[in-house]
Amino acid sequence: MTSSVPGFGRRSVLAAGAAAAALPLGAPALRAQGGPIRIGVIHPVTGALAFSGAQGRVGAEMAIADVNAAGGIKAMGGAKLEAVLGDARSTPEGGVAEVERMASGNVAAFVGGFASGICLATTQAAARYDIPYLVDVGVADNIVTRGLKNTFRFGPGFGVISRVAIENLVAMNDAAGKPARTVMIVHEDSLFGSGLAGLLNRELPGKGFEVLETIAHPTPTRDFSNVALRIRSRNPDLVIPASYYNEYVLLARTMQQQRVRPKAIFSVLGGAASNYRFVREFPDAARFIMDCNHWVDGRNPSAQALRRKVDAANQFFTYELFLNYANIMLLADALERAGSADKAKLTEALASSTFSGHFMPYGPTKFENGQNSGAVPVVTQVLDNDIKVIFPASVAEAPAVFPVPA
Amino acid sequence: MRDHLAPVLIVLALLAGVPLVVDSNVVLNFLKVALMLALAGTGWNLLGGYGGQFSFGHAVFFGTGAYAVAVLQVRFGINAWAAFGAGIVLGAVLGLAIGWLTFRAGLRGSYFALVTLAFAEVARIIASVWPLTGAGAGILIPLREGFLTLQFGSRAEGYWFVLALLGIAMLIVRAIEVRRFGAQLVAVRENEDAARALGVDVLRVKLLAIALSGGITASAGAFYAQTFLYLDAGLAYGPWISVEALLTAIVGGIGTVWGPLLGALVLQALSELGKHLGGDAPGLGLVLFGAVLILVVRFAPNGIVGLARSLRPRRLARG
Amino acid sequence: MLLSSDILIQAVANGLLTGAIYALIALGLTLIYGVLHIINFAHGALLTAALFAAFFADRVLGIDPWISVFALAPAFFALGYLLQRLVVWPASRGEDRAILLVTLGLAVIIENGLLFQFRSDTRTIDHPFGFDVVELGTMLLATTRVVAFFAAIGVAAALFVFLAMTDTGRAIRAVAKERLGAELSGVDVPHIYAVTFGLGTACLAVAACLLLPSYYVTPQVGNAFVLVAFTIVVLGGMGSVPGALAGGLFIGVVESISGLLYGETLGQLGIFLIFILVLLFRPQGLFGAKA
Repeated sequence: MTSSVPGFGRRSVLAAGAAAAALPLGAPALRAQGGPIRIGVIHPVTGALAFSGAQGRVGAEMAIADVNAAGGIKAMGGAKLEAVLGDARSTPEGGVAEVERMASGNVAAFVGGFASGICLATTQAAARYDIPYLVDVGVADNIVTRGLKNTFRFGPGFGVISRVAIENLVAMNDAAGKPARTVMIVHEDSLFGSGLAGLLNRELPGKGFEVLETIAHPTPTRDFSNVALRIRSRNPDLVIPASYYNEYVLLARTMQQQRVRPKAIFSVLGGAASNYRFVREFPDAARFIMDCNHWVDGRNPSAQALRRKVDAANQFFTYELFLNYANIMLLADALERAGSADKAKLTEALASSTFSGHFMPYGPTKFENGQNSGAVPVVTQVLDNDIKVIFPASVAEAPAVFPVPA
Repeated sequence: MRDHLAPVLIVLALLAGVPLVVDSNVVLNFLKVALMLALAGTGWNLLGGYGGQFSFGHAVFFGTGAYAVAVLQVRFGINAWAAFGAGIVLGAVLGLAIGWLTFRAGLRGSYFALVTLAFAEVARIIASVWPLTGAGAGILIPLREGFLTLQFGSRAEGYWFVLALLGIAMLIVRAIEVRRFGAQLVAVRENEDAARALGVDVLRVKLLAIALSGGITASAGAFYAQTFLYLDAGLAYGPWISVEALLTAIVGGIGTVWGPLLGALVLQALSELGKHLGGDAPGLGLVLFGAVLILVVRFAPNGIVGLARSLRPRRLARG
Repeated sequence: MLLSSDILIQAVANGLLTGAIYALIALGLTLIYGVLHIINFAHGALLTAALFAAFFADRVLGIDPWISVFALAPAFFALGYLLQRLVVWPASRGEDRAILLVTLGLAVIIENGLLFQFRSDTRTIDHPFGFDVVELGTMLLATTRVVAFFAAIGVAAALFVFLAMTDTGRAIRAVAKERLGAELSGVDVPHIYAVTFGLGTACLAVAACLLLPSYYVTPQVGNAFVLVAFTIVVLGGMGSVPGALAGGLFIGVVESISGLLYGETLGQLGIFLIFILVLLFRPQGLFGAKA
């Protein structure tokens, strides 16, 4: 996922010039005993990706506050975590400038990045300092296949997400007696949407589906009338959208308006389908939409606690938020085991992590070349104005409603 | 005899010394990005500042340079240095093609500005669907640091490389300034019909200018690709670089050798200052940046170079 | 893919409806261009601001956009007038490239000011009429868009009459044609410039109110419409009101049909290729008189 619509927000973004001369440039690497452990929290909080970036930042800050409230890092005498906030301005160079600034300010680790394009640049910049970097979302597979020793991704990558999405779809369709046979795919035209569409077109025909049509659209797309029109005329059993939030909402609204009612909408990393704002604002358009996406194990008490906390803070419980929260928890666990904020020890502790005190449906953590091998997406569905996990059965909170009642 | 080049060489030498004195990667990264934008702006300035042909679409050259260096390496296994050179040539050729189409049709002023904008958009859309450029997924240059792969391990080396590129571009511009071609270019800017009446081959002058301009801006794009190693259509051909290129030249001083460099440094510092003053509140820093930009226009209408000259009137005589 | 005539007809209808909104946005741009001869970089950001205003009128004051437009259009006229009078003109002293930078600075300020104040959440309004459709044969046309279509044509007609019939309108046309001459015959040029800027901005407020029921608002939303508006301005002939209307409808249909045939992504290419071809072969615009 990368920025595709830079506005006139200044993209060129820079590291500190004269203004940042006050920073402790080249300060000694030793952390004063009892001082806080600095964590670089980098997100695109301005520019085209500002919404996702802001959500990610909220998650990281909540997690840091929770770790500190629970007594900090006990193996380090209760040392507190301190967030050093950075704005990647929705561009790779913006992210790199923040890595440079934070590296000179002695952060123990980085968390964040969000978009794949930003993560590719920031992990590489952080690797030059051997500072561990936890990718929060960035689903491009090559982020973790470049051999960077400092780079870890707790959540699933694109390859796993799309493979699991197809497997889950087939399994759910089989379980329901194969109500869906024909498919239309609507996808945004950058990395995740077009990659997914390609994969679906290769995989689905062999699994008893017929792909009637595949429609690409740019971000932003101003009007979905024609897309809805084509869906209506081909009347597929299943519509698979893979788009960012705004386009997803427009598509769902237009489909409702044009009275397009497929047997199911099954999206993959659907920008809105797992978003409470959408569910709240357009309950009719959102009802019964399924989504294969990052989601928490809904039965986990700490996930429920976070959910309540997010609601109380009048924020939206989105995947950017809880993935960043989970990454900070993973980092805190590694700090406990390393007993030190030393970057080599911390990297080693992350690489050997078996962290299982998280609320994601991943099982115990196990990194293989920086990728958490247990990370998988799950399928959610909008039921009773709420988002429930419906598949796989091991983590499901509710049975799937599929096909959708007419 | 070459003393018109001396000031440029002296400044370049001073800038080259920075990494020897300053040990901060933050500062080097700041300078590196600023010089890259100055390079893009120097290309824009040759056509827009000296030739008077305002382009709103220099992203078309930036992106072409960037994609050329990436695609030639990744898809065709061509050496990074050769690909870099090819990217510059391709930028120049594209400049010729666009110039040939638009200048022959007699497009000037806002018409030229808008047509360049459209070319950049066409390029962006093509890059977002063409498998060769990686379509929507973009293209990633494999990470292999080394001299031969043109990926520098230390920030100082990357900085020196972009400084060298900028230095060459500035020397070209300075050399043009004092030659007949420079005079013809300025004549075209001031009054095209008069220039034609004086026997200037207007089309040829403009074509040469846009080719050089395209090549220089393409080199900035190629540098971007080699630095960040990942491209997609929005990064390479997005409107941001078109805006940056003209902004650095106009803020610094349009139609001057120093304009783009000064403009890039000042704009980057302003942006950083805005970020610093705005703190962690998203957006506030950029609001301050915008406000300062308007104030700069108000109080330095001829750019920073113009401001400096008005403070030192005796320099006027030397033009 | 086989296209039935039903689909084709509805695609044309959708294109016309969308094109009317484009036309309204382009109307503001062409007016400002035709008179001030500047390319207003702040146009997209001002559209965003208008969408925010319409949104908060709906959500906070409970006034839906079809009503609030009657307050927002004058308010944005005043905003545009004051921006030109107090910011753009004094800061740029009428110099083209300075105006460029000042409007760019304004765009950055507006966009990021909105981001700072309201965060980057996507905001939408939800009215029952947002999902209403007009059934025309087999066609389902969104009511909000049909309303927008006629409103846009109405605004263009009103603007055309205003420019042709009133003293201020004639003064605007005089300044557009021959600034120096108009100045000599006693026209207050800075005032006329500001009025024009105000009118252009008021058009955006109308467009925003018509767009909001079927769209959304974020701090970056306006940028999506700017390039297409530029295209329309050129097609219609810079400065021409009927040209902007015709150009808007035309581009709407082109976008719709080429999107249908080649997909939404590649379909965008059609717009810009037409744009380039028109500039190369008929720079006065498809509908403009020979310059």
